[in-house]
Amino acid sequence: MHRLAYAFLSATVVAGCASTSPAKSTSGADRAASIAVSANPYPSTYHPRQVPPTLIRGATVLTGTGERLDNADVLIVDGHIQAVGRGLEAPANTQVIDGHDRWVTPGLIDVHSHLGVYPSPGVRGNSDGNEATGPVTANVWAEHSVWPEDPGFTTARIGGVTAMQILPGSANLIGGRSVVLKNVPAVTYQGMKFPGAPQGLKMACGENPKRVYGSDKKFPQTRMGNVAGYRAQWIEAQEYMRDQAEYERKVAAGDKDPKPVKRDLRLDTLAGALRGDILVHQHCYRADEMATVIDMSKEFGYHVAAFHHASEAYKISNLLAENHVCGAMWADWWGFKMESYDGIPENIALVDAAPGGCAIVHSDSEEGIQRLNQEAGKAMTAGNRAGLTIKPEHAIMWITANPAKSLGILDQTGTLEPGKMADVVVWTHDPFSVYALTDVVFVDGVVQYDREHPGAPVSDFLLGQPAAAGVVP
Amino acid sequence: MKYLASLLALFALTPAHAGSVLIRNATVHTMSAAGTLEGADILITDGRISGVGRGLQAPADAEVIDAQSHPVTPGLFGGLTHLGLEEIGLEPTVDDYEIKLGTMRPEFDVSTAFDPASAVVAVGRNGGVTFAALSPSSEEGTDKSAGGTIIAGQGSIVALDGGSATYSRALFLDFGGDANGLAGGSRAAQFMLLKQAFTEVRSPKALLPDDQRLLTPAGREALREFIGGTGIFVFDVDRASDILQVLSLAQKERVRIAISGGAEAWRVAPQLAAAKVPVILDALEDLPGSFDAVGATLENAARLNRAGVRVAFTLDTPDPHNIRKLRQTAGVAVAHGLPWVAGLAGLTSVPAEIFGVADRFGTIERGRLADLVLWSGDPLDVTSLPDRVFIAGKLQPDRSRQTELRDRYLERVRNGMAR
Repeated sequence: MHRLAYAFLSATVVAGCASTSPAKSTSGADRAASIAVSANPYPSTYHPRQVPPTLIRGATVLTGTGERLDNADVLIVDGHIQAVGRGLEAPANTQVIDGHDRWVTPGLIDVHSHLGVYPSPGVRGNSDGNEATGPVTANVWAEHSVWPEDPGFTTARIGGVTAMQILPGSANLIGGRSVVLKNVPAVTYQGMKFPGAPQGLKMACGENPKRVYGSDKKFPQTRMGNVAGYRAQWIEAQEYMRDQAEYERKVAAGDKDPKPVKRDLRLDTLAGALRGDILVHQHCYRADEMATVIDMSKEFGYHVAAFHHASEAYKISNLLAENHVCGAMWADWWGFKMESYDGIPENIALVDAAPGGCAIVHSDSEEGIQRLNQEAGKAMTAGNRAGLTIKPEHAIMWITANPAKSLGILDQTGTLEPGKMADVVVWTHDPFSVYALTDVVFVDGVVQYDREHPGAPVSDFLLGQPAAAGVVP
Repeated sequence: MKYLASLLALFALTPAHAGSVLIRNATVHTMSAAGTLEGADILITDGRISGVGRGLQAPADAEVIDAQSHPVTPGLFGGLTHLGLEEIGLEPTVDDYEIKLGTMRPEFDVSTAFDPASAVVAVGRNGGVTFAALSPSSEEGTDKSAGGTIIAGQGSIVALDGGSATYSRALFLDFGGDANGLAGGSRAAQFMLLKQAFTEVRSPKALLPDDQRLLTPAGREALREFIGGTGIFVFDVDRASDILQVLSLAQKERVRIAISGGAEAWRVAPQLAAAKVPVILDALEDLPGSFDAVGATLENAARLNRAGVRVAFTLDTPDPHNIRKLRQTAGVAVAHGLPWVAGLAGLTSVPAEIFGVADRFGTIERGRLADLVLWSGDPLDVTSLPDRVFIAGKLQPDRSRQTELRDRYLERVRNGMAR
């Protein structure tokens, strides 16, 4: 499964990983023309430690499925949720955590983070989030910029975040591939990579690409330029896919000298998005632009997983819901540029209120990712004041199940259902309160943060810095 | 019909008449020596607080509000902000918070650019913010255009009542590593240039030839006024060693200062306490965002408070759109060890004291203009919202551009027509 042979690839391109295992070839004639291409050339090396079972007893549990269970237990065995309910039996050698007066939720998930690619400290040498050298850089992968020593991973973990999508920035129409990481300490990003999670494709609407290129009299300079820019790329990707299919057809038909298609990293990504293997996440503020992008996705036959920022998503919440597109939003940011002028605190609640609506609270911020729970609390409060009825057991889905759904990992995490990864947070209070702190954060059943025993700084960057002595890890 | 509608809209936006108002049965956080009063009443007459205590008698015509034991606080501080100076970010025609002439201009005062009709003002006010410190910024120049200098300029305290009155002045300075581009590339040059500016003011006879002076005559006059005590110097600086240098400079020049930012202020808390220098900080700053903030921690406010340093709150960005978030930052500081009352003080009485406007803002006391917020719950918690906001005794409309947008689209979502 780690490695697939794509017969259509040109012999002139050497895949970086071709030496580690033999290509799967079908015939002698084919062998000369084909080169093995790994479908997963930078694989996850993350393997959770084996730890004894854990039972959290007598807590208020928000399951992430819309349910609240009072005085309930959560049993974690072999890194997975074994059971949630009252009076659970603990196997021998189980570590028991007293959940009295505590709240338990699934680990929080942020669909929009630049941790590692725009890390702290934000010095020039660390600025790796935007390949702003051309408006289309579908060839780049955010994971190749991720610096695992970013202290922001630790502070996000203390905030209860157990997984996040790291995206390229929004300077470009098509910025490149994202990566989904587990929030665990590691020296390499492969050691954090969420096993089996699909990659995403970062696209951007509106002002940013216009400003970055248009102000320099380059393409695109306008919103119509933006759309023309995307469409031209999708057309090329369709041709690439057609040429590949044609080549494969010729090989299959026994053609002695089929002309291979030259491999192109940019088009590999775009074709992956059109096939649905790579999930499209588009930065887009205005309602009209989101509607245009939805039309464009139908024109080219792909699906938008989520619009990010989406300050005006509330204006089209029914349209988003009907097209199964999530909105990933801030609780209260607005006005920092023209396209965010109409942002309102009820945005998240109104996206949620449409039948089938999929609302997500995202951060796009090393500060906000530390308190997604509070951001959701603000959004819930604004919605309730507007006359909606939103309970904590529902709002928790905005930062757990819904982001997991948009990332294609809901079958593995995002709720406390039996069989899922034990990504679990124990909170000191109702997690929607400003006073709530995380007591324990589990990733795959392993304690990755314990407030009682915070330990030494996790990030190498903070080691041996006199100024950091006395700073929480 | 159209005329009628707009007339009604005008009514809706005009604050109610300032008659008598009695708020009954509140938990009143006076932020004065009286402390917190449970089950207390507040009587507002002619815009002023005419009584605070239990069992107050209401005049016959008074509007009576039952607070149901909910908290009442003074109106909150909005931090150091571009409020009314930046309608939208990234748009030069509505951004008035900086001067980019490449020369040091302490006479630059952003107050004259303040637009009380900015849509941003009502959004902050609906969040319980009733006063704020207008503060200019400095930005580096580029190859194509000049930038600012380490003296960003002057600002002042304003009320979010739709008026443009200003209260007290402050001079804002930008120091530290992120200000290197404003001062020839070194933080040592920041101190060098400021000392030269002080010399130009203090020793006119020692003035350099015109082309080597930093200040214009108007700039010398402005700086002279601040040295003379017109207002406080606010130094935006994070690194502990830089803060100590600023303290030393302030002591030598005998000027009153506050530190803003102050990510590493806790590391020099005893020195700040001894110098009686307050810190206006972003309580959420806990990452080494720069090498000046390697010591950033969520316990900054708590540690400073414990050492006897007065702490007020501001956001790390002067972007004015989300100043309502400031109370959340105070709540986070409380969650990390700051006493609750000190958290609220950092949003009320302390900033009012720092900027010399404690007789107008920041406390609930008999005789003061009534800037009050009645809250649905704990004012520092994210699940609470203001129920009523009074400024100078006038009930403020709970409307803004945001509530207009909300109400227009809430209906459409309910009808399945948001498309």
